[in-house]
Amino acid sequence: MILVSFVRDCVQQLFMGGRYYWSWIFGLNFFILIGLINYFRQYNTGLILTGMSDQVSWGFYVSNFTYLVGIAAAAVMLVIPAYIFNRPEAKKVVLLGEGLAVAASLMCILFVTVDMGRPDRLWHMLPFIGRFNWPMSLLTWDVIVLSGYLLLNLFMPLYILFHEYSEKDSNKKFIFIAAVVSMFWAISIHTVTAFLFASNPARPFWHSALLAPKFLASAFTAGPAFIILAFRVIDRSDAYRIGHKAIDLLAAIVAIAMQVNLLMLVSELFTEFYSEGTHSASARYLFFGLHGFNSLVPWIYTSILMNIVAAVILMVEKWRRNNTLLSIACVLAMVGVWIEKGMGFVIPGFIPTPIGEVFEYGPTWTEIFISLGIWCAGLLVFTILVKAAIPIQRGRLRYRPE
Amino acid sequence: MKKQKENQLKIKIKNRPDFSRRTALKALGTGVAAVGAVTAGRAGFGKTEVPAEYGLMDQFGEFFQQHYKKMSKEEISGVIERIERKYKAKYDLDVKVGDTPPFPGVVFGYALNINKCKGYRECVRGCVEENNQSRDPQIQYIRVLELDRGSLNLEKSEHYYDDQTDVPKDGKMYLPIQCHQCDNPPCVKACPVEATWKEPDGVVVVDYNWCIGCRMCANACPYWARRFNWSEPVIPKDEINPETHYLSNRPREKGVMEKCTFCIQRTRKGELPACHQACPTGARVFGNLLDVNSEIRYVLENKDIFRLKEELNTEPKFWYYTD
Repeated sequence: MILVSFVRDCVQQLFMGGRYYWSWIFGLNFFILIGLINYFRQYNTGLILTGMSDQVSWGFYVSNFTYLVGIAAAAVMLVIPAYIFNRPEAKKVVLLGEGLAVAASLMCILFVTVDMGRPDRLWHMLPFIGRFNWPMSLLTWDVIVLSGYLLLNLFMPLYILFHEYSEKDSNKKFIFIAAVVSMFWAISIHTVTAFLFASNPARPFWHSALLAPKFLASAFTAGPAFIILAFRVIDRSDAYRIGHKAIDLLAAIVAIAMQVNLLMLVSELFTEFYSEGTHSASARYLFFGLHGFNSLVPWIYTSILMNIVAAVILMVEKWRRNNTLLSIACVLAMVGVWIEKGMGFVIPGFIPTPIGEVFEYGPTWTEIFISLGIWCAGLLVFTILVKAAIPIQRGRLRYRPE
Repeated sequence: MKKQKENQLKIKIKNRPDFSRRTALKALGTGVAAVGAVTAGRAGFGKTEVPAEYGLMDQFGEFFQQHYKKMSKEEISGVIERIERKYKAKYDLDVKVGDTPPFPGVVFGYALNINKCKGYRECVRGCVEENNQSRDPQIQYIRVLELDRGSLNLEKSEHYYDDQTDVPKDGKMYLPIQCHQCDNPPCVKACPVEATWKEPDGVVVVDYNWCIGCRMCANACPYWARRFNWSEPVIPKDEINPETHYLSNRPREKGVMEKCTFCIQRTRKGELPACHQACPTGARVFGNLLDVNSEIRYVLENKDIFRLKEELNTEPKFWYYTD
């Protein structure tokens, strides 16, 4: 019976909100609708409505997927201090981080689904019913780790919230074990996603041992940056005092991860260009252009510039503690890494093709609208989770037997 | 005029419509219109272009069709009958879908004489006609590269040279690339649903009714040999080749991957692949690698041969050689 009233009370929370809350919800739903409509068209006409081609067979969708896997993994940066080191400031906000992981994992699954030629045949991937090419195919690994991560991050907060709600003691040992599992799992989701690319010797730009660590470094930049921004919004809406301690912790993480990320960029540039061979063609295309084609060049320099400025702001403690500067740095880091992983990584891996053709890619409006719709769906899920979790965490919402 | 048009398969550079700000507005506009249509119940999700002759039971059967290798002989012939019904409904044509198994003791191999290839692209045209590739957007399994003589750097190759006026050009060599039917195929490893595999005769095939269209295989291929159906393929009715094989040249649908199969619909009956037959210069040698007396074995043992990207250990069964 407690469970029923738990669900009912949580759902009730979703309908309580001011003007800003409802405009936010309606705005999100509007773009979700636009995305859905564009997906209808894509489903009926085919992926020809996208900018993808046989030459560049993955595009905007997989770029966003790759980025969001990192965002999902970043939740672990709150899970570790909260559950393993028992830091109170992290404990206070860890559920929000896990909510973000849930939303990001869902977006990842949606982005992969809209990228499929035959989404009606998704059941072919189900183990036992279909033919699941595990362990050979890296995509099957991604399916396992992503869905596992989603469930882990859904059940851990639910378990804690439910116990707080019913004012019972939760099993600390169980939470600790779940946290340890979740820690390794977070690393695994981004490592597996990196291997998805690095497993292709046909694409020298992706075929790098640096890829998994670089993915992790950029994930621990963009993810906590997003969490900081979300915290600042929640803080301002006065629903829940996050306090500066949790934000300081995250800002330090972003600062370190960004420096590691930039170091890896330097290492990559050196290896590609000191003794430039034919395998460096994609890197040359990305940074300087190839045979007169150079549409990605402005993207990558924008990204590097954003990352450097963010790193500089975050490295100076005085600046990092300034709320406005911190927000600017977080936005720069988020966008910088987003470009770095999409237009700066997924796309140039295809150019030139393995048999030497330079064929460029740019997203079409269909892709942009569908992607926007998925982002809004993710934000909606995040909003719903936060909206239900905060009153329980603050102690406002408790089980009241009738 | 029409004849010339048929013979002249122009290589398209862009196989997608150009997008501009206007189309963005259109995307939004049609979106709003579609809302109206959906709410009015006139348009549905996943509408099908297949006429009513292909009934609900058939569509049901298609959805739940099992993986090719999991089906019994009877189930496969049932599936083939249903697919033939679908082609009848779709193209108003009797397309015969065969299921010839591989010959025992046969592994196919291909060799191509780069001294003889003059870049006419007749192999490309022969392949498209034989294998029912989409004409709009154009799908071609064979890419012929024009290279400066003296360099095998593919990155410096010309993919869109004109084959109607000035081939062979002085100082150039021509290098046709198609699926190399690797003995250690990276595409097979990459497929998450085992929709593509290596047959006992060494040919890598795709079950078009099992492929989910994720394009992992296309990313994995070092020879750029895989083609995706970005939209519903279009083939004029009078150009459809009705002699087909389930795992090879039967007409495909949108959203699935396809590739060269060394024409198993022909070669498993003892005929030569269409590209071999179309080649006007005799540059191609095809045969059974296990037959010590075959022409291909003679070439492999007596000529200077090489394979592309041998360092990747994919073990292609496609060789290039010189006189």
